[in-house]
Amino acid sequence: MIAMLLRRLLLLVPILFGVTLIVFGAVRLVPGDPAQVMLGERASPEAIARVRESLGLDKPLPVQFAVTLDRLAHGDLGRSIVTGAPVTREIGQRFPATVELGAAALAIALAVGIPLGILAAARKNSWIDVLSTSGALVGVSMPIFWLGLVLMLLFSAQLRVLPLSGRLDLALDLAPVTGFYLVDALLRADLAAFRSAVLHLILPALTLATVPMAIIARMTRAAMLEVLGADYVRTARAKGLGERAVVWRHALANAAIPIVTVAGLQLGYLLSGAVITETIFSWPGIGSLAVQSVFSRDFPVLQGCVLVFATCFVLVNLATDLLYTRLDPRLR
Amino acid sequence: MPRFHSLTAALVAAVLTASCSTAPKQADRAPSRLSRDAQASEPVYGGTLIFGKGRDATRLDPADTTDGESSIVTENIFDKLLHFQEDSTAIEPGLATSWDVSPDGKTYTFHLRQGVKFHDGTPFDASAVKINFDRQRKPLEGQQFEFWQSFFEPVVDAVTVVDPHTVRISLRENDATFLSNLAMFSMGIVSPASLATHGADVARHPVGTGPFRFVKWEPNQKIVLEANEAYWGGRPYLDKLIFKPVPENAVRLLELEVGAIHGMNGLNPDDTARVEDDPELSFLQEAGMNIGYLAMNNDRKPFDQLKVRQALNHAINKPALIKAFFADGRLGEAAKNPMPPTLWGYNDAIRDYAYDPARARQLLAEAGYPAGFEMELWALPVVRPYMPQGQRVAEAIQSDLAKIGVTVRITTYEWGTYLDKLGKGDHQAALIGWIGDNGDPDNFLYNLLDASNARKGGSTNYAFYRGQAAHDLLVKARRVSDLSARSRLYEEAQVAIHRDAPWVPLFHAKQMAAVRSNVRGFKLHPTGKAQFARTYFAPANDALGGSR
Repeated sequence: MIAMLLRRLLLLVPILFGVTLIVFGAVRLVPGDPAQVMLGERASPEAIARVRESLGLDKPLPVQFAVTLDRLAHGDLGRSIVTGAPVTREIGQRFPATVELGAAALAIALAVGIPLGILAAARKNSWIDVLSTSGALVGVSMPIFWLGLVLMLLFSAQLRVLPLSGRLDLALDLAPVTGFYLVDALLRADLAAFRSAVLHLILPALTLATVPMAIIARMTRAAMLEVLGADYVRTARAKGLGERAVVWRHALANAAIPIVTVAGLQLGYLLSGAVITETIFSWPGIGSLAVQSVFSRDFPVLQGCVLVFATCFVLVNLATDLLYTRLDPRLR
Repeated sequence: MPRFHSLTAALVAAVLTASCSTAPKQADRAPSRLSRDAQASEPVYGGTLIFGKGRDATRLDPADTTDGESSIVTENIFDKLLHFQEDSTAIEPGLATSWDVSPDGKTYTFHLRQGVKFHDGTPFDASAVKINFDRQRKPLEGQQFEFWQSFFEPVVDAVTVVDPHTVRISLRENDATFLSNLAMFSMGIVSPASLATHGADVARHPVGTGPFRFVKWEPNQKIVLEANEAYWGGRPYLDKLIFKPVPENAVRLLELEVGAIHGMNGLNPDDTARVEDDPELSFLQEAGMNIGYLAMNNDRKPFDQLKVRQALNHAINKPALIKAFFADGRLGEAAKNPMPPTLWGYNDAIRDYAYDPARARQLLAEAGYPAGFEMELWALPVVRPYMPQGQRVAEAIQSDLAKIGVTVRITTYEWGTYLDKLGKGDHQAALIGWIGDNGDPDNFLYNLLDASNARKGGSTNYAFYRGQAAHDLLVKARRVSDLSARSRLYEEAQVAIHRDAPWVPLFHAKQMAAVRSNVRGFKLHPTGKAQFARTYFAPANDALGGSR
């Protein structure tokens, strides 16, 4: 168990090296020079040369890559070209916002998706099944950019029950402790801030949750249907167990593994979905930071964001694998 | 995007009361929809104004940024030695109350405003000025003093403290644009104490002498400023000023409509009518300091011939372009000179080449192209204020030129490559433009059209125009300090340039903003600066009774 954990953590090193190499190459293949983007019309060759030199972009690519790796080995992601601040600080300030949003979205997706899938499987071909299956199809196919705007128009512009954007009412000041506003507000016993943070979280979390919720519901339904057709379920029913016990205790336990797998994979989606959701809702997380860094060709920040995404993804997969061993005694 | 005007109207009272609850509730006279026209009403103190913009600031050190999203904030925190006047780019005293120029135009002596303190309580004096100039010669890690490098490094020799309230700046050569350059946002005077404490991180701890004091910056959420009670120009009316980044234009407008923010820039052109139709909002516009133009490469055939260049000037239907791309003049106006009419020295007596395809065909025939010719036109690959839709403008010009027998092939490149190739003169004709920096005609005419800037590989004179008469006038105007003499020289230069027709001048885009209709005294400046020092909230009953 410990050995497996260590092995998997060690594997993180080559994975991150590979990711760094790919990101390093990819961002430099994108047309557009950060110096050019920064200077606009005033980009004289002298000015570009000056800016490139001060950013270290005048050095050959292998040298730049070596410098990047050397810094990375020391936990230094470099400095943002645009703000001049260390990338670790830029990301550190925004990471909690993305985690808070992602966690809320995943919670919604699981809390709605699993029961919906189970119900649909237990009442196969009933109206609940039709509704949940077609709902899932719509959920998966809906562009979340559009969905975000529609939710915003409905709840914020028309009904005016929820705020349009941001994480907190601008009039409120919440001194950060952890950076997770829900937690910070509770730690500081600031109920107004807590209420405001919850209200601000609802629409972006709902928007971000749609696709994973739909996928989880479909996966749960499929896994449950398979299990419900198995021999031991027939046995359980034959010995007179109630339908509730059959479905929730016997079937769900065995359907759990594919559900956990899919739920784990959804994290990757949540990260990429955060890029769009955060931009629509002006959510100050890593997703919107990544978008800005693309537009300004802020290589170090973009590299940092992708590395953080990759690390999260690997770690969550690891956590999913660990969870298997809890769910399936045969893997212990 | 659906509209919700009726609903908006139904909920207006509640929102307005909420959004300006801190403003004193006394009656006001002379209500008006346009807040900038409402100067006559009695200003009231108090309130928090939230201004939405597209992106967060990047650095709040005025010298260390070229970014408008940062300067819109720093302009409220810092003063410069000299300021632009409220409505023009003419100079007025700032932290310097008066100045003397030596007869050779190389030594400037500034007499500084006394009794001014930085927001951290330290005094503003001559040594603060010297420190601010000297630090830009030695950037710390991560700092980019781009404006210093372009405008000051080539000319500033030394800065000397004469006494605590007098500072002398000696130049290597006479530079008539020097005073205008001092009024650019990048020359905001930063507290030496904060420079010493924070080093390069001063960009996140801005301390100046300006109308607003920096309170806090939560990246991508808000930048909070509050009134500088002791401001030498008078305390601003607002108690607080908050900048909020909202990346999506459509979302930003929704926020304005529901009253979550009180002002915004970056309006989608298609949304201007929606703002104008909304009694709760005011649409503001101000002439911009920019030009979009068609540069004909005078080094390449057939544009080495004057008659061909004049023919193109007659062939392009500018009124139609303005109608199509600038909402029939609401968002921009046609250009006839290579500099915007907001600048002093603009020659309004010049008559633009009229739209006249017959005359154009005749000129082409005289130039030896009776059947027209084929040409390549480069279309701007990015959205710029002076040309929001480069590709479509190119297509419109293509169809105009087809009418005089000229066949246009449209090409484009990625923005960096585009500028690089333009500088090398690889183009035959290209759409491009310029946004002014210091409000001086030199910044447009010398930069974009002087012969000395027509050098292959680093040109800013993309037409490679080398008119001798214009060159003589432009160089002379750089060396004369008298403003009216300079103004006359630029007016003459515009006559020469108009005659030689190196470009087809196309557009001057206007700046746009929207505010809630109870916001008064908010002004845009031709340089793009948003002026909040005299902004205030009209009491709620006045805003609701605002006439249409």
